[in-house]
This record gives sequence, C-alpha cells and structure tokens, in this order.
Amino acid sequence: MKIYEYQAKEIFKKNGIPVPINQLTENGQEAERAAEKIDKSVVLKSQVLVGGRSKVGGIKFADNPSDAHKIADELFQSEIKGEKVDKILVEEKLDIESEFFLSVIMDRSVRKPLIIASTEGGVDIEEIARETPEKLIKYYVNPLEEFFPYQARDIAIEMGVPNHLISQTGIIIWNLFKLFQKYDATIAEINPLAIIPQGLIAADAKLDIDDDALFRQGELITNRSAKKDEFAYVELDGDIAVIGNGAGLTLSGMDMLKLYGGKAATFLDIGGGASKENIARALNIVISNHKVKVVFLNVLGGITRADDVANGVVNVLGSAERKIPLVIRLTGTNEEEGQRILNESGISFEISMEKAASKAVELSSNL
Amino acid sequence: MIILDENTKCVVQGVTGKQGSFHAQEMLKYNTKILAGTSPGKGGQKLGEITVYNSIRETKKELDINASIIFVPAPFAMDAAFEAISQLDIVVIITEHVPVHDSMQIVEYARQNDTIVIGPNTPGIITPGVGKLGIMPTHIFKEGNIGIVSRSGTLTYEVAQQITRAGMGQSTCLGIGGDPIVGMDFADVLQMFEDDNDTEAMVMIGEIGGNAEEKAAEYIAERIQKPVIAYIAGVTAPPGKRMGHAGAIIEGESGTAKSKIKALETAGVQVASRPSEIAGFIKEYL
Repeated sequence: MKIYEYQAKEIFKKNGIPVPINQLTENGQEAERAAEKIDKSVVLKSQVLVGGRSKVGGIKFADNPSDAHKIADELFQSEIKGEKVDKILVEEKLDIESEFFLSVIMDRSVRKPLIIASTEGGVDIEEIARETPEKLIKYYVNPLEEFFPYQARDIAIEMGVPNHLISQTGIIIWNLFKLFQKYDATIAEINPLAIIPQGLIAADAKLDIDDDALFRQGELITNRSAKKDEFAYVELDGDIAVIGNGAGLTLSGMDMLKLYGGKAATFLDIGGGASKENIARALNIVISNHKVKVVFLNVLGGITRADDVANGVVNVLGSAERKIPLVIRLTGTNEEEGQRILNESGISFEISMEKAASKAVELSSNL
Repeated sequence: MIILDENTKCVVQGVTGKQGSFHAQEMLKYNTKILAGTSPGKGGQKLGEITVYNSIRETKKELDINASIIFVPAPFAMDAAFEAISQLDIVVIITEHVPVHDSMQIVEYARQNDTIVIGPNTPGIITPGVGKLGIMPTHIFKEGNIGIVSRSGTLTYEVAQQITRAGMGQSTCLGIGGDPIVGMDFADVLQMFEDDNDTEAMVMIGEIGGNAEEKAAEYIAERIQKPVIAYIAGVTAPPGKRMGHAGAIIEGESGTAKSKIKALETAGVQVASRPSEIAGFIKEYL
C-alpha cells in the first residue's frame, strides 16, 4: 500500500525525523490561510500516489498567500498522470544548501533490508547509480540482529558527509531504518534529505507499506477506507475478460490471447479454493464491465474444484445482467463432475487452455 | 528426486485447522510419511490416524521426524517456521500473505540453521510415487525424469499435466513460492536437479516481477549442464500493476517478461512461448 507524502511526513516526524512546517489543504482558501500562517514563501505539493509529479507540474512555489490561493485553485483543477488532485500540502520553502539521498528497501534477491545512502540527492536513484556509482553506499542489515546507531553513523561517515553533520545524519538513518521495520514498510525513502542552515530536514518522504502486514498496522488502517478485495482484479485495454485460478495461469491465459491476435480486457485471479459463489461474483464483475465482449474463464483445478466452478457458471448464466459469450476451459480436480454439470446445462467447454483462448479470440473478432 | 525422498518424515503444523486437516489426509492418501501433527493446546487428540502434539519438541521426543509442512495463519506463520527451522531439516510453508518482514527473518534463520525452507505461498513439493508435502492435485503427476521448478502454483499443474500427457513424467516438482521473499530461489533448485541422478532435464516456470529468472539465467550459463526449458508468464502484463500475488508486479525496467526471456535465451535456455510447446522441446533433448 502506498501512502501519501503528508501521511509519511506525519509518521517521520513522530519517529524523530525532522520535516518542514506544513499544513494539508483541500481548497484554495485553505491554501491561502496555510500560507499566511507559515508566513514566508511556500511550496504547494499535490498529494498524489504516482511518482515524478514535479516533472509534470505537480509542485509549485508561491511567494505570498494570494498567489498560493491562485496556484492551489489551478492545481485542484488538474490531474497528475491521470490522478485527480484532492489535497495539497502547503509547506515552508526551504533554503537548501545541498541534498542527500536516503532509502531503505527490501532486496528481493539478497532477501534482506538494504540501506542505500548518498550525498548526491535530489535525483533518481537510477541516475546516481549511473552517474556516480562510487557515491552510492549500500548496507545490508541482518533482519535477526539489532541495528545500532553507531552502524548508522558508520554509513554516514562512508557517505562522506562533513564532520558537523555525521551525528545528525546517523540519527536520521537509524530512525528511518527503525520506522521501516516498525511500520512493515517495503520502502522508506527521503529524497532529498535537505541541508539547510539549521541542519538536516526531510524535504520529501516516501513510504510503502506491505499489504500483508496491515493486520498489525492499526494506526495506518484508520487512514484507509478500502476493504480488502476479494479478487486480484486489474482492468486492461482489450475486449476479452480473462479469469483464472492463480496468478501465473491467469497471466498465461492473457498471453495466449495475444498469440491468437486478441487482447485481454481484465486480469481476474480468483485465487485458490474459490467457492461457486466466488465464481459467480467474479463473472458478474467482468460482465458488468462494458468493454468486455467475451469472457475467457481458464480453470485448472488444484484446491479449486471444477464442480464448484461449473455450478457458479450455471448460476450466473441464468441471471446475468447481459448476454455475453463465455468460453470455458475446465479441467483438474473433480473435472468429470464439473464437465457433467456443464453438459447438462448445455454449456460447452474446452480441456485445453490454448484451444479455449483461440476460440475466445475468434468470437470477439466476429462481434 | 530432490529434497523429498523415502526418508522424509513429516509433521503437519496447524493440523487441526480446515486446510491443515484436509491436506494432511490428502498427503497420507498419496503415501507420504506424515507421522504427526501439531497444534498448541490440542495435544493428545487424534485426527484419523494422525496424533496431535502440542509442539515439535514434544513430537520429536516420541517420533523420528525431519520435515514440517506449515498451514498456520499468516500472523503466526513466522513463529511456527522458527519452531520448525530450529529442529528440522526441511520446512514447507504453504501459508499465503505472510508479511515480508517476517519472511526476511524466516529466511535468515533458515540460513543460520542450514535448514531448507520452501515458500511461503507455495503449492509445496511432490516427488511422484514417493509423496507430496503440498496441496497439489496428484493425478496429473507421474514418475519420470523431468524436474520442474516454478514460482506459480496452477501453472506448474498446467505444465506437469502436459508432460504427463506427452508420455513422460517428473522426478520432483517444486514451487518456490509466489512471494517477493522466499526461502529457495531458482538457482538453488536447479543445482539440486543438476546433481540428481534421476533428473535428465529441467523445466523452469517463471513470471513477471523481481529478477529471480535473470539471476537463474546467469547461474545456468555458468553451472548447469543438463537441458533447461523455460516458460515465462506475463508477456502481455502492463507495468506498475500488481497481477495477483505480491511477487507479480513489474517495477521500473526490470521484472518484465521480455527482460527475463532475453536473459534466459542469452544463457542458452530454450524458452517456450506457450505451455504446450514444453513437452516437445524436452523430447528433442532426451
């Protein structure tokens, strides 16, 4: 789960990382009042979850409250890479001397938390890696051992930060790592970590939380309205809805469509062990998507039982909101029973995924 | 065969739960040596022919076991895994949705104890004719000389079924798990198949996300002599969208099916564009 910059900054502040004076606003008037209160030049930062917002005009500066009002009004009318701006963080403009980069991520291949730090901040990590790889410090933390402040200071020293900033940089690295663990983050990043006359401050903040750990992150869940989805569901550009059991098989089904010249309209993974009610709901979701011309249901039963799938299909076809061609591939656990149920209801099916995919493409191109 | 052989004697952690009790019976039906189950506070109960113990320690006092399969819910999976890792040689974690910070600790603890961890979020491992520590349907597998390693559950079944229908069989099939952090990677398993006398060729099934397939490609080029055939799902998946479980997401430039296929082909691996091609490719080699 991605969270907004303003939420990340609240968490950073609470956990000992300095952040600029700021206020969250929801309209131009609030932005004006926030700028008055901050009482100096401000920066208006659109709160969106997509990256690279500054390159597309999502961050603007204002020298006085009435400018802040005007600019905020414009930002509230805008979209950043397709995401509507509902909230703007109004923040004091910093007198930045230089910028560091700090990040903690989970390294999938080494399977440990990785701290990445550099005195070359403000740009993409890929750019630092490309332009000045020697300035990129990498430090793996053993997830079973305590991470100590002196180790964080060692990282600061290796980064080459000037003497008077070593202690403060160390504390920020240590606090960032601790909050990475405490909040079950998959990434915790400060870019840039700005150097201003008073010391170091997190000019930006990024925090992604592991969805699978939300059950023990009560504080974050209250920030969030969406309940956990029943299915992994993604809408795509094509016109054939792909439903499958398991991510790999569903992806493979999408790929097969392409081999025959078709294109997927959805990715819907019903997961393992779906009941006939789950199947019915999955079918109804894609049928109610009006871009969908044909449904391709691809099931190879493991824990999922073919008879449950067949019963779910029969239930939906009797009551669906619109008639839509359905191509079914059904095999695996309890396949004889599942195929019998379909036969009795006069519903045809395939055994082979590829044959079913080619049939789905043929149907969609004839419509 | 690898990992799971005639000497594998297993305890089922979380044996009194819905999944645990069902699959314990299924594994027994396939003649797997399931010697006991554990469930704290339920020691002494009987589930069919399976005796329930309170802990692995208690089980080990009475029975000679060396493996565990874990069905306990995600919030408790790390504790169960630690209990098993500290006392056994092989641990299969079926549980889905284990937090990644927990998985990182599990993997590190396994490294320190020299224990094999398969998963989390895996269908498990099956050695046809010998047994299964997992949840896969057994009728699609047959004894043979093809090793299969995969990140995906149902896609493994798809490929195993095609191989079986083509008149061949499998030495062992192992799902490494669909999560971003898992105990074994492709290279670990490929090396075991390389060293296994029963395996003549291997099939590696990957999907979008991470760089496990790219790393495996490098490893194959350097160390693997036996033929490897690969299949990668997700050629048509758009970047930035999580397709199913947590592992399957394309982030940035790495992780695309294209990058994986290119790396594998560069390493001399034949990459099938559809599952049905795999059996034919194997026949060319054997």
